[in-house]
Amino acid sequence: MNNAVDLPLWAAVPVALLLVFGAGLTLIGSIGLVTLRSFYARVHAPTLGTTLGIGSVLAASMLYFSVVQSRWVLHEILIGVFMVITTPVTLMLLARASLYRDRQEGSSEVPPLPPPVPKEED
Amino acid sequence: MTRWLPYPLVALLLLGLWLLLTGSMSPGAFLLGGVLAVAGSGILVALLMPRARLRRLTTVPGLLRDIVVEVVRSNNAVAWIILQPGHAANRRSGFVRVPLDMHSPHGLAALACILTATPGTIWVEYDSSDGSMLLHVLDLIDDEAWVRIVKDRWERRLMEIFE
Amino acid sequence: MSAGIVAGAVLVAQILLVIAMGCAAYRLLRGPRAQDRVLALDTMYVNAAILLLVFGIRSGSTHYFEAALLITLLGFVATAALAKFLMRGEVIE
Repeated sequence: MNNAVDLPLWAAVPVALLLVFGAGLTLIGSIGLVTLRSFYARVHAPTLGTTLGIGSVLAASMLYFSVVQSRWVLHEILIGVFMVITTPVTLMLLARASLYRDRQEGSSEVPPLPPPVPKEED
Repeated sequence: MTRWLPYPLVALLLLGLWLLLTGSMSPGAFLLGGVLAVAGSGILVALLMPRARLRRLTTVPGLLRDIVVEVVRSNNAVAWIILQPGHAANRRSGFVRVPLDMHSPHGLAALACILTATPGTIWVEYDSSDGSMLLHVLDLIDDEAWVRIVKDRWERRLMEIFE
Repeated sequence: MSAGIVAGAVLVAQILLVIAMGCAAYRLLRGPRAQDRVLALDTMYVNAAILLLVFGIRSGSTHYFEAALLITLLGFVATAALAKFLMRGEVIE
């Protein structure tokens, strides 16, 4: 903590609140990964960390470095943009992979394939 | 214009990202970022990406605001579901098949990202033959309610923008 | 005073995030199925990125930001490749 000394109180309080809030929300999401029963329920849990969890920490980081360096430090937005684009893609791919595997094993917990129609390769 | 800059919005976005990454607004950063943006958006031509036609951009700010509100609201809802494991017994999570009227690939991609990024719902698969989508919902009370939410809250406005 | 507030919050956030990574690691080791492990790995990537951002605030250096950006990039590519593998049994078709 070499730089935090010159942080005024009006900035320190929001930074601290955002940090603890974001980390707490991420923790709740990871707890859900442990406690929820089925895979399809567990897929929902990490989205807590990837939306508001990382968002709060990014906001805290932006505020902290902007005040400490007394200039706008906004490159954290990059991580935010990147998470917004990538998280849905990974979760959708995982859910589809899981659905495919469950259907191959003939699991009764997933909806069956829609009636077969001739469709082109995508 | 269309030959050198086939995707102006993508190029603008790339330039913005470059300026953010370097953290400077100097002419050099603009020049290098501009070259990268033109080259990067030019690559999309080789990938044969279908062009999006954006219409009714006035809907976008309201949509973005609603997405933020919905993300915050459902973060809260999912956090409570996780923190009260006792209620898990009488809580049902399951799949809902939602028929969609939208056919624009960009609109469907946007809908998929919105639904998946919101905690509590995840887009699982899309069947292009009958235009229906499979949605998994963590806290499923009423199938019909979810179909209405997807169609009224998101699909209608995305169709205004993309179709 | 303000330094103490931020230092305390950083410490609390680090502890919470380490517990979160422990939860994800439990799911990674426990399974039961391959998709659970991949999901846990993806969560660990995100948690690691957040932890790096908190480290950055603690040390007052923006270099951790680049590490966090790289972790999210790697996490995306790794998870997408693993999901693809689960679906088809091969990554590149």
